Amino acid sequence: MKIDWIPLALVPLLALAALPLVGSLPTWVTLTVAGLAMGMMIFLMASGLTLVFGLMDVLNFAHGIFISVGAYGAATVLTRMTKEMQAESLASDLSAMVPAVLAAMALAGVLGWFFERVLIRPVYGDHLKQILITMGGLIVFEQLIHVVWGADIIPLPRPGTITGSFIVGEAAIERYRVAAVVVGVLVFAAMWAVLNRTRIGLLVRAGVENPEMVESLGYRIRRLFVGVFVAGSALAGLGGAMWAMYQEQVTPAMGMQVLVVIFIVVIIGGLGSVGGCFVGAMLVGLMANYTGYLAPKLALGSNILLMVLVLLWRPRGLYPVGRA
Amino acid sequence: MQRELRSPLLDLRGVHTHIGQYHILQGVDFAVQQNQLLMLLGRNGAGKTTCLRTIMGLWKASSGKIFFDAKEITRTATPDLARLGIAYVPENMGIFAGLTVRENLVLAARAGDPDDARLERIFRLFPAMKTFWHSHAGNLSGGQKQMLAVSRAIVEPRKLLLIDEPTKGLAPAIIGAMVEAFRELKRDTTLLVVEQNFHFARSLGDTVAVMDSGRIVHAGAMAALAADEALQRRLLGLSLESHQ
Repeated sequence: MKIDWIPLALVPLLALAALPLVGSLPTWVTLTVAGLAMGMMIFLMASGLTLVFGLMDVLNFAHGIFISVGAYGAATVLTRMTKEMQAESLASDLSAMVPAVLAAMALAGVLGWFFERVLIRPVYGDHLKQILITMGGLIVFEQLIHVVWGADIIPLPRPGTITGSFIVGEAAIERYRVAAVVVGVLVFAAMWAVLNRTRIGLLVRAGVENPEMVESLGYRIRRLFVGVFVAGSALAGLGGAMWAMYQEQVTPAMGMQVLVVIFIVVIIGGLGSVGGCFVGAMLVGLMANYTGYLAPKLALGSNILLMVLVLLWRPRGLYPVGRA
Repeated sequence: MQRELRSPLLDLRGVHTHIGQYHILQGVDFAVQQNQLLMLLGRNGAGKTTCLRTIMGLWKASSGKIFFDAKEITRTATPDLARLGIAYVPENMGIFAGLTVRENLVLAARAGDPDDARLERIFRLFPAMKTFWHSHAGNLSGGQKQMLAVSRAIVEPRKLLLIDEPTKGLAPAIIGAMVEAFRELKRDTTLLVVEQNFHFARSLGDTVAVMDSGRIVHAGAMAALAADEALQRRLLGLSLESHQ
C-alpha cells in the first residue's frame, strides 16, 4: 500500500522545530511525551467522529456526550474498586481498569445506538437539522448526567501502577502518559487492521467514498451506518475514560469542552480519514503542549492556526478522502 | 419466435419519477427482452439517467410499475435489486478511487473472493485489469476506470446490466475495446445501455428506445432506426454520417 509520508513527517518536524524554542532538552522530552499522550487521547475521542462524518455524512455535534458518558461509566466502576487500585500490582489494577473501560465503551456504544436510531436517522442528508438535533441531544443528555450522577465534580483516582513519573536522563515522564500513548497506538493499529485487512473494513472505506454505489453492489449501507456509529461512540467512550483518568476528575461538560479540539483534528486529518485523524491528533497534542509552555494564552489559538495552515496547504485535510 | 413468447426480463409501465419539484419521467413504457441489448437513446436531459436510477431504486418512482423477471420491483430497495441480479454502472462509473482494482472487484463479489473463471473472463475482455490488479483505481486512466466499472458489474453472474454512457469521454481505441467486450457480454446477459454515441449504439443494439422530455417517443429494432436517416434526424437531431 502506498503511504503519503509527508503529513506524517510533520509530526517529527514540529517536535524538532519546538526544541530550540523550548531550550531545555529534558523539558522538551517531557512536553513531547505529554503532547503525544494528549494526541492519542484526542485520537481515541475523534476517530469515531471522522468515520461517522466520512461514511454517513452526518455532522454529529452530540459526539461530546459519548465522551462524557464514557467517563462517567468508567468513574462508576473505578470509584467502587479503590481497594484494587491501591494494591500497587498490575494485575490488581487491570482487574479494575478493564471492567471500567468496558463499561465506558458499552455505555457510550448503547447511547450511540439510541442516537442513531432516534435522533439521527430522521435527518440523514440534512446538515442543518443534524446540527440542531445533535446540539439539542447533547444538551438534554448533559442534563440527564446531572440527574443520574449529580452536578458535582467526581474525583477519579488513577490506578497505582500508572501513577507518578519515571526519569529518563533528566526528563520526568508521567507513567500515565506513556500508557495513553500505548493504548492510542494499539487502537490505531487495530483500526488500521480492521479497515485494511477485513471485508467490513473494505465496505467502510468504499462507503466513505460512495455509499450509493455500495448499495448498488447489494450491501445494506444502513446496517453499516449503525455499526460504525456504535463503534465510533464506543471509541469516544474509551477516549472519555482515558481523558477522565488523565484529568483525575469527571464533569458533565467534559465532552463538550474537548469538542472544539476534536473537530479541529477531524478537519485537519481530512473528513473520514482515520490515518489523517491519527496524524492530526498528534500535531494538535504537540502544538497544544509546546504553546501551553511557551505562550499559554495562545494554546487554543495555536491549534486553530495549525488548522488554517494545513487547510491552506491541503484544503481537504492531510489525507483527503475521495467522496462521490 | 420462442423469445417473443417469453415475458420480458424488464418491463416498465407508465413510470413517473419526480425529483424535488421536477417531474422528470412522465409515463415511461418499455420492455427489455431476455438476452437482448436495448439501447436507450435521447438528447441531453431527456430522462435517460433518471430512468436507470429509477429502475435501480436510487430514485423512487412516484407512480407506475416496474417488473423484473415477472416480479414487481417498483418499491424494492437498491441492495435487494442487486441481489436479484441487476448490476448498475453509473455515468460517473462509481469506482472506489481509494481502493485497488482487486479490492473493487472483491467488494463486488458478495459471495466471497471472485470466481477464478469469471476473473479469467474479465482479464480476457480487459487485460488492463490484470496489469493494474494492485493499483489504486483512482490512478487508472478514464478508459481503464470504465473497464473496471464494467468488470465490477460482471464479476458475479447477473441477469441484467444497466450501463449509463459507457463511451462518454473515451478515446476511439478504447471505444473499440468496449464494443468487443459488450459483444461478448450480450451472448449471455441482458443489457440496458444509455448511450449518446449513435455509432456505438448502432453497432451493438438489438433494440432501441428513444426518450424525449421524460417519455419514450420511439421503440423498435435498432436495425430499422439505423436504416432510416430521416427518423434519426427527427428523433435524435443527428445524421448517422456525422457520427462516423
